[in-house]
Amino acid sequence: MKKSILLPLSVLVAVYFLWDGAVLLSKSDIFPRPSQVFFAIVELIQRGLLLKYVVASLFRVSVGFVLAVLIGVPLGLLLGWFRSAFLAFNPLIQILRPISPIAWIPIAILWFKVDDRAPIFLIFLSSLFPITVTAIAAVQNIQPVYVRAAQNFGVTRIDLFKRVIFPACLPQIITSLRISLGIAWLVVVAAEMIAVNSGLGYLIIDARNAGKRYDLVVAGMLMIGLIGLLLDLLVRSLERFEEVKWGYSERS
Amino acid sequence: MISVRDLGLTFLGKRGAPPIEVLRSVNLEVLPGQFVCIVGPSGCGKTTLLNIITGFLKQSAGDVLVQGAPVKGPDPRRIFVFQDNGVFPWLTVEQNIGFGIARRSLQEQREIVHRYVQMVGLTGFEKAYPRELSGGMRQRVEIARALAPNPEIIYMDEPFGALDFITRLKMRADLTRIWQEEKKTILFVTHDIEESVQLADRVVVMSSRPGTIRKQIRIELPRPRDLDSPEYLDVRDEIFRTIGMSLKVGVG
Repeated sequence: MKKSILLPLSVLVAVYFLWDGAVLLSKSDIFPRPSQVFFAIVELIQRGLLLKYVVASLFRVSVGFVLAVLIGVPLGLLLGWFRSAFLAFNPLIQILRPISPIAWIPIAILWFKVDDRAPIFLIFLSSLFPITVTAIAAVQNIQPVYVRAAQNFGVTRIDLFKRVIFPACLPQIITSLRISLGIAWLVVVAAEMIAVNSGLGYLIIDARNAGKRYDLVVAGMLMIGLIGLLLDLLVRSLERFEEVKWGYSERS
Repeated sequence: MISVRDLGLTFLGKRGAPPIEVLRSVNLEVLPGQFVCIVGPSGCGKTTLLNIITGFLKQSAGDVLVQGAPVKGPDPRRIFVFQDNGVFPWLTVEQNIGFGIARRSLQEQREIVHRYVQMVGLTGFEKAYPRELSGGMRQRVEIARALAPNPEIIYMDEPFGALDFITRLKMRADLTRIWQEEKKTILFVTHDIEESVQLADRVVVMSSRPGTIRKQIRIELPRPRDLDSPEYLDVRDEIFRTIGMSLKVGVG
């Protein structure tokens, strides 16, 4: 078997037995064994909750993330290009940026009540700043020779954005999408623990509060990890497009 | 017809430092269809002069007239070929070459691109991306991209500076052939004296600090030029002497 499959597989098998052995040794009747987590997942599937909660979480992440992309990318490109707009808005961005999306939860609940809009708003905030800031930096660091060449061919300002500035920044923008989607997936779980009554985050907190069902808690955690991995692979596949390959090192 | 009259450029010194005079009373006439090389030691302001003539940079004194009209900025009738890589890495070879002719009909674009792909010897590489090409091939793309919109004048700023010696010789031969076929006016900046004598109808020798024209030398040698002929060597040595360089290396 190939090394790249054999090595991680053996680590996973080792973790399985370490986990199982540790639970048996500790004689804990609350912390679940791996097999109990497996049956918890089966139970969630049978009760129709797994699909429902996964869809709920993914829906919130998608809406919030897509809104952040639609606003953050053009906003970043414009702020990166127009110096005075950058000077005007950068301090505001730099103050808002370090505020954890979690800190916005009380305000989100105040504005949107316990409703899908609260986590969507939090996801939007958590993705907006990394995307905008990266797009700004990408424009500011663009090779001046590309802009000069394009201007020499007499392109209009709109064409300059469409045909040069946007494609020149795209590799970095895709990297920022990857990072911010990762953050969004972290944030949705936290938001669902507080602000709504569905989703994987809600599942975890509800399973604990309603009956110390730690098998369901760990099942929820496992699903979060697996879906997070899938989301990352999805965005990563964008890096394989021929139009952006030049922006990444040849290593990977 | 390019006409540079009493051109000067002075940068204000930073924080009380004395102003820096980069160019002083430069006078230059280039007739349609001529191939003129500007040579000089590095730092003599030859690239700066070319940037002003193109309209990328504003002079502090004097005039630049093209066809009798003062230059107000870059213009698609006069295309600049860059020293470093100005080819867009997110476009294929044919998309790069077609960059400046996007307003023509698709049929026309295809014909023009095809013609220049052939002229610069890139047949078979139309769909390749710049990262898949050698430095010499990328510079060919850049030259074809400059020719495609059928400009009257081509400005070249050390276009072969980053290439290895053998590739450079080949590129000079090809550029001479293209110039003979296309009958463009070419203003070519280089620090390489041999290159200037191989290519130009006239060599403009600059001296540094402040950059000014020291001598203009007509070269009436027939093309293709014999790099061993005494006439060729005479012209070359005259330029070496003008710049104040000895042709001997080491002490006797």
